[in-house]
Amino acid sequence: MNTLSLIASLTLLATSSGVHARTQDAAPLKGAIKIDGSSTVYPITEAVAEEFNKSEKKVRVTVGISGTGGGFKRFCAGEVDIADASRPIKKAEAEAAAKSGVEFVELPIAYDGLTIVVHPKNTWCSSLTLADVKKIYSASGTAKLWKDINPTWPAVAIKVYSPGTDSGTFDYFKEVTVGKDGAIRSDISVSEDDNVLVRGVAGDENSIGFFGCAYYFENKEQLKAVGIDNGKGVIMPTVDTIENGSYTPFSRPLFIYINKASAARPEVEAFVAFYLAHATELVNEVGYVKLPAAIYAKVANNWKLRRIGTQFTTAAGDAVTTPLAQAYE
Amino acid sequence: MTSLPSSSIRDLRQLGRPKSVALRKLRERVIVGTLALAATFTILVTTTIIVVLARETIGFFEFPDVSLGEFFGSTQWNPLLGSEKHFGVWPLIAGTLLVTVIAASFALPVGLISAVYLSEYASPRVRAAIKPALEILAGIPTVVYGFFALTLITPLLQKISPAFGSYNAMSAGLATGIMILPIVCSLSEDALRAVPRSLRDGAFALGGTRFDVSVKVVVPAALSGIVAAFLLAITRAIGETMIVALAAGGIAQITANPAEQVQTMTAYMVQIFLGDAPATGVEYKSSYAVAAMLFVMTFGLTMVGQWVLHRFREEYD
Amino acid sequence: MSTPRSASQRVLSNRVFLWLCLCAINIAVVVLAVLLISIVWQGWGTLSWQFLGNFASRKPSEAGIAASLWGSVWVCTICGVVALPLGIGTAVFLEEFAKKSRFTRIVQTNIMNLAGVPSIVYGILGLTAFARMFGVLGTNADDALSWGDSESLWYVRLPFGSSVLAGGLTLMLVILPVVIISTQEALRSVPGSLRAGAMALGATRWQTVWGITLPAAIPGIMTGAILSMSRAIGESAPLLVLGGILLVFNTPQNLMSDFAILPLQIYNWAGRPQPAFHEIAASAIMVQLVVLLAFNGVAVLIRQKLQKPLQ
Repeated sequence: MNTLSLIASLTLLATSSGVHARTQDAAPLKGAIKIDGSSTVYPITEAVAEEFNKSEKKVRVTVGISGTGGGFKRFCAGEVDIADASRPIKKAEAEAAAKSGVEFVELPIAYDGLTIVVHPKNTWCSSLTLADVKKIYSASGTAKLWKDINPTWPAVAIKVYSPGTDSGTFDYFKEVTVGKDGAIRSDISVSEDDNVLVRGVAGDENSIGFFGCAYYFENKEQLKAVGIDNGKGVIMPTVDTIENGSYTPFSRPLFIYINKASAARPEVEAFVAFYLAHATELVNEVGYVKLPAAIYAKVANNWKLRRIGTQFTTAAGDAVTTPLAQAYE
Repeated sequence: MTSLPSSSIRDLRQLGRPKSVALRKLRERVIVGTLALAATFTILVTTTIIVVLARETIGFFEFPDVSLGEFFGSTQWNPLLGSEKHFGVWPLIAGTLLVTVIAASFALPVGLISAVYLSEYASPRVRAAIKPALEILAGIPTVVYGFFALTLITPLLQKISPAFGSYNAMSAGLATGIMILPIVCSLSEDALRAVPRSLRDGAFALGGTRFDVSVKVVVPAALSGIVAAFLLAITRAIGETMIVALAAGGIAQITANPAEQVQTMTAYMVQIFLGDAPATGVEYKSSYAVAAMLFVMTFGLTMVGQWVLHRFREEYD
Repeated sequence: MSTPRSASQRVLSNRVFLWLCLCAINIAVVVLAVLLISIVWQGWGTLSWQFLGNFASRKPSEAGIAASLWGSVWVCTICGVVALPLGIGTAVFLEEFAKKSRFTRIVQTNIMNLAGVPSIVYGILGLTAFARMFGVLGTNADDALSWGDSESLWYVRLPFGSSVLAGGLTLMLVILPVVIISTQEALRSVPGSLRAGAMALGATRWQTVWGITLPAAIPGIMTGAILSMSRAIGESAPLLVLGGILLVFNTPQNLMSDFAILPLQIYNWAGRPQPAFHEIAASAIMVQLVVLLAFNGVAVLIRQKLQKPLQ
């Protein structure tokens, strides 16, 4: 934990009491809240915004889908109030934020199990090892036909779909499969919009793709999830395996980032409070996995204290790769 | 004169509203000047397009890993993925052309023959029924054709052959063809109807059948107009965005196989502009280079169309 | 010349060609029919007043098009208010005032070219010129210049950002050449004798235009204007570039509001994999087509009612 941000959050504690008093007010809230970022997190934010809007009709909430990277670019320039992110903020992004005077609060809000899917008529492939996945997706990978992975599989070309390079899903996937310095092959179909990928895989028997588990749970009858064998047997992405962390390495947290200056505005304050209060039910409804209650309590406390900065970068600026439960101990 | 009541003076004034010739001329000048300014605005629009595209495109070529040689010489377009970035524009052009060729090979013959039918064969009643249908087709937003491609054409193609994926050039091409069909048809028909009656009468008098008259006399006489109509329709197909963004897919590759996914120039621009908006980075700038390329192509086609119209127009008056 | 053929051969080729013609024309009609039927088939069940009044939702059964419908109305109104006077003014200048000079020839060619520019390129222009104002006034974040309270109707901010005003102006660029060209055609169809008569009575050029030529050309101009506006309503690519796809839960409140438009809402729903969203996409298309048919209908009416006395 960064001492600087601790001091900052302590000073904030002293000043934030006035902001909290505002929520008791009877007058309807006004103003605008701009949100942009990950299409993986989008279903949650969409649901929260929709429900929030039912009680606060005058607040103008807009939600965009530019991908985690695209969202952070706008967030760090101060263009949007809240960024949806499917990975922690990167060092370079945090520096960009600091440069334009943007301080932010990081709030994990759900678990996602990044799900690898194939067409339901694909009878041969029901699980893959990490090495197989790498063979399919890596720029230096050798698997162009299904046969290249397993000689008993058909000799047809694999049609590969992937989220866009602006997405946190892409970054995360790339890091755990081909590594930081590796590269994903270029002759594949990419889109920032996960719906495009779902359609793509659902309509093509020889295809493979990956995205956040909500998009799989939402379209279960059109897709078939592939189990991941990470050396401890095949694990399927389910609510349980994602929550208890056994679905490795593809289980990961999702975040929202809030601009601290925006958080001083009553409508943003109310929106985030609403977000945290309704996270558990809405997260499950849209197909993600809720965090353990202890972490939600911790997160709510962080928000109350306006704890600045990310828990995923050390004081020296290195990325922290520990699981969420440890980072938020 | 001094004895006139003031009210009639007012009447007189209102009668000849511009009080003097000088004032009248001034007002005329101001109005014409304003109108001329409006006309100049169109020049300003073109200039701004060119300046914006040129500035950003130059910015793109200033990046160290980009060069004009690669842009026009390489056949690889992978600005986002792979171990190294490649900026060869040909795959995007090839994707655009594949979709355009499919669209044109459907819409040009069907549109022209329909136009011949409407202008030479159809009774006024049939014309009155079909013309509005074509006008409706012409007004349908392109996103609707994209929806049509996704929900109807693609599933149909997949029933015919399993080779067609969820996104393919054929579906997008056919939908684009349907989109440009009314343009081809109504502009060709205008050209055919502009051919004077006397030409047809002459050909009939020589014993020609209706087929001989239409195909061997009227169509050649209207050829410049028909070619211009074709070029305009092709320009539309090249610049079409929503259909390809929905139905054509996202792999920039050089292929002639209509069952494959392709990425057109416009679809690439959509991918970049939807992905991240702030104006930094080589990927972002590359979309301007692609836009410039698209602008040059459509500009060129329009100029050729104009030239054909003026150079080869048959005057009969 | 081809060699003379027998009469029967010529009759045969005539027959075959007629058959070909009927095929071609039927393709156009059948395609239109299939398109409309499939859309009504998919969209009829979910079309309701509630659908028009609700905002977007994650649940297809509760989703509606209120935000995008009103967004379209705002954007197209701004577009029309700017494009129609500007376009008609330009056409009047070119047809009635300008002498045939190098300048007018360049302007004329330029307008033809602008009509052929893909609409997505206008999106880039709108993004640079209206939304960002070439970056000279800072980014949206700074709110470099603003007037009025951000909640009021008269709030204005520079640069415009991805607001309804920027959207309307961008669409204006797209339809401007169409308005100019159709107005020019309408003005050209006014017989020269009418102008000569007015001038002979001592009217100035402007008096002739205002009093004689424009009224005579009104039906043609109106038809062109209506068809241009129906183009504007359906245009989506430039606004996709300008603001992307946004989830909005309010109708626009002033010129600086973020907005959604109907065609982009359709694009969003059409791209989703769940069939339930295709149904509401089809419902939204039906609304869009009804608006379009209404516009076309008015254009046809004007053509029929007003054009007759002229000829």
